Amino acid sequence: MSDQGLFSIFFSAMVVNNFTLAMFLGLCPFMGVSARVETALRMGLANIFVLVLTSTSAWVLNTYILETVPYLRIISFIIVVASLVQIVEMVVKKLSPVLFRQLGIFLPLMTTNCAIFGLAIFQTNRGYGFFQGITFAVGAGLGLTLALVLMASIRESVEFSDVPNIAKGTALVLIIAGTLSMAFMGFAGLS
Amino acid sequence: MRKTTPSHDFIRGIWNENPVLIQMLGLCPALAVTNSVVNALAMSAATFFVICCSSVLISTCKRFIPHEVRISAYILVIATFVTLADMLLQAYAPVQHKALGAFIALIVVNCMILGRQEAFSAKNNVFRSLLDAVGTGIGFTIALVMMGGFREILGVGAFLGFPLFGPNFEPWVIMVLPAGGFLTLGFILLAMGYFEQRKKTRAEAAAEASS
Repeated sequence: MSDQGLFSIFFSAMVVNNFTLAMFLGLCPFMGVSARVETALRMGLANIFVLVLTSTSAWVLNTYILETVPYLRIISFIIVVASLVQIVEMVVKKLSPVLFRQLGIFLPLMTTNCAIFGLAIFQTNRGYGFFQGITFAVGAGLGLTLALVLMASIRESVEFSDVPNIAKGTALVLIIAGTLSMAFMGFAGLS
Repeated sequence: MRKTTPSHDFIRGIWNENPVLIQMLGLCPALAVTNSVVNALAMSAATFFVICCSSVLISTCKRFIPHEVRISAYILVIATFVTLADMLLQAYAPVQHKALGAFIALIVVNCMILGRQEAFSAKNNVFRSLLDAVGTGIGFTIALVMMGGFREILGVGAFLGFPLFGPNFEPWVIMVLPAGGFLTLGFILLAMGYFEQRKKTRAEAAAEASS
């Protein structure tokens, strides 16, 4: 059991060890849906929701079921994540068909989104309790949203600028991400 | 689907459709664990093991997997082999296991592996699925080792732990930090784009000259 304070967990997950920019988790949506701020924001919010649910279920699994069979951890986590994503997909489809279309393939792809699976694994490795887990999930989700929105706003403004042909597309996104990541390194002293 | 030869299945993953450099799949491990060549090699070895085993198993059992639940079935197969890889690494290479940490478990969510199962193993026979998996695995290894090499040489001034430049070399620390991962891949892609464009311009010039 870890005795790290809630605020320190929250802040560390959100900026110091930002999931996307410092730990490279959740890069697929980061590259894929970061073209518009609006979509990026919604994707981020959907992510927070799934992250919190995952954290709760991972905690339940860990505390009550996996004690005796720790080697089934990876398999049971992936099943939980996959079914959660399925549920969220159905909810989003029902509540907001527009968002469902905007997110497109990236919603079902959340199953293989490293951020969500990674959260469950990291939470277990660090021995977080229930509230610590929830805080970690919210922090990580806000961090993801922050990274997505920052990236989307930069991409919106460079869209019409004159970049060399060879740099258009992924290369440019990666270099922007590198610069953002450098900026986030400034937070490293806070931990 | 276009008919392909077995050798084409093999080469495709290594070069034409390199999972990391062309298809942009499996970026998470490619960026996260390539701060040294040794880590990159350990990660590639684990991924190689998982993709080969799951390709063989899935192409063998493809007739017994109902179409509706195929993705879940693939994920379960992959998760099983990742658990195996995790335990094997822990037993035989505890240092690397510690260095890679949670990223071993994260092989499960590497889109590259699931992608190959869905796109290839589910439709082809065992031998060709294995060739495809080996090719993709080698392509992944090449990309990871290349990135690990760049980052270790520039960021630490060493290759595989051997110092290269003597005591006066000032390490470029940013390259082994997270930002360096993004930048390295970005610059590799820039270089690839440059060569691609040069090839195209030359081909056009040649076509004009001959006409």
